[in-house]
Amino acid sequence: MTNAIEAEGLVKRFGDTLALDGINLAAREGTVLGVLGPNGAGKTTAVRILATLLHADGGTARVAGLDVGRHAHEIRQLIGLTGQYASVDEDLTGLQNLVMIGQLLDLSGNDAKARARELLRWFDLEEAAGRPAKTYSGGMRRRLDLAASLVGRPSVIFLDEPTTGLDPAKREDMWDVIRDLVADGSTVLLTTQYLEEADALADEITVIDHGRVIAHDSPEGLKRQVGGQTLTVRPTDSSRLDEVATILRQVATAEPELLGRGVLSVAVPGEEALAATVDRLREAGISVTELSLHLPSLDEVFFTLTGARTSSDEEDAA
Amino acid sequence: MTTDTITTAGPGSASAGRSDVPRTELRKTDSRIPRTLRHALVMARRNLIKTMRTPEQLIDVTFQPIIFLLMFTYIFGGAITGGSTHDYLEYLLPGMLGQSIAMGSVALGQNMNADIEKGVFDRFRSLPIARSTPLVAAVLADFFRYLLLCGITLGFGYAIGFRIQTGFLPTVAAIGLSLGFALCFCWISVFIGMKARTSGSVQGIMFLIVLPLSFASSTFVKPSTMPRGLRDFVDVNPISHLVGTTRGLMVGGPVASNLAWTLGWMVGLLVVFVPLAVRGYNKRA
Repeated sequence: MTNAIEAEGLVKRFGDTLALDGINLAAREGTVLGVLGPNGAGKTTAVRILATLLHADGGTARVAGLDVGRHAHEIRQLIGLTGQYASVDEDLTGLQNLVMIGQLLDLSGNDAKARARELLRWFDLEEAAGRPAKTYSGGMRRRLDLAASLVGRPSVIFLDEPTTGLDPAKREDMWDVIRDLVADGSTVLLTTQYLEEADALADEITVIDHGRVIAHDSPEGLKRQVGGQTLTVRPTDSSRLDEVATILRQVATAEPELLGRGVLSVAVPGEEALAATVDRLREAGISVTELSLHLPSLDEVFFTLTGARTSSDEEDAA
Repeated sequence: MTTDTITTAGPGSASAGRSDVPRTELRKTDSRIPRTLRHALVMARRNLIKTMRTPEQLIDVTFQPIIFLLMFTYIFGGAITGGSTHDYLEYLLPGMLGQSIAMGSVALGQNMNADIEKGVFDRFRSLPIARSTPLVAAVLADFFRYLLLCGITLGFGYAIGFRIQTGFLPTVAAIGLSLGFALCFCWISVFIGMKARTSGSVQGIMFLIVLPLSFASSTFVKPSTMPRGLRDFVDVNPISHLVGTTRGLMVGGPVASNLAWTLGWMVGLLVVFVPLAVRGYNKRA
């Protein structure tokens, strides 16, 4: 299988700041590459270089086999870009936004309208089609933004933090859309600050920090490196904590920890542990008020990979 | 910790209840209009929609020329001509066209400076269109404002007593030349709009350019009343030549020399400021 997106040794400087310090990225055709990192890690810079918006100061990058420096115009016919902030025109209606993009992609007026309506329908925006985009909710705006990047049926799609700021239900909707696009044959490069999102969507994950790649692996491999998931249980009756601890010991890979106020937490090897715990709790007749499975947070991923806490709040997105 | 999850879906899991990705065959348009111009017209429509959503953006090409016309005719007119405000109006109005075109161009750079920071420009840059398209589009959309400006200035001037001394065709030529000049002159504003760090400073910088050009010209008073050094400036000032031409075309008098100067300036403005503005835009990306 060939790579739809390839970058080798990308370097980008903004004044004295080294935004990208020689990063490598590769996404096989028809897969999702997740680029995971905190604010300021260089995710957006990398996307902007690959999407032909910025010139790299060093290294090479190819999209669909074409060099981003020499064949920018050809690449622009093949890609779709959804930015970190909704990149639609606020004063235009949803329909006007999509028709404009269609016409800029050389569709005739009628074809652009037909394509716009089809996308609005697919993204459940038909009713809002005639309203200015500034009246849309955050989720609707993101959907319109994604729709706008799909007008030309791109084979390579860049999604820069497509779900940042969305509530969990809206995020799941967006994930469904992204899965559909990949099932349809598109290659997706997705940047995210959420390990959970990368885990849910990506075939491979590249973790970057301070402009450098600090890990590249499958989601499974990455989880193995950073220590899998955590199961948290809060029994309704806190006097039964000991019994719960016994059950957890049977499914877990480590000793359960008491997080105080009657909550037990333990590292587990995978999702199966959740079902097993539910079964055993039911058999023992223990009711719970909280039962959840967490992935390690981005902060914990970085702590494990680099041995240092990230300072994700201190830096601005590059 | 990240958001709690009871289950985590793996890549490639089936989507719930969503129909397939729409995949209508896309056909290229068979329009005869050249591709780049067509793109600019599509995008100019965007600029016009935005203007229509905030019509107060049109104040500088509607009420402002009216106020200037009233102010100069009735406050200064008598003093300048030593009596007849009507005589002054005949002198002033063709000049007002030039002056308000220079003033009207300020808003273009200001709006573009604010507009360009928005995410939608990232999208434009990722599309297979010429890089300069958004700039050309903004200038084309501004044409509509200048048309409005000429109509209002002439219409209101007529209402307070201005009369064309020549005829229909020379007047059409005067307006055509003014509009053409506006489309060249406004590239200064686009350039400043690309270079300035805030949209407020675009206005400040543009006024520094526009005020001397419009006042140190033959717009409001006869240059023969000015000191020698200033007259040298007036003699090369593009606004003077535009005003000289429109005045000749509307109230009579020789136009050939002024027209040649004006056309020369129009070409010069385009040759210098279009590449500068486009380069400023690309650097801004």
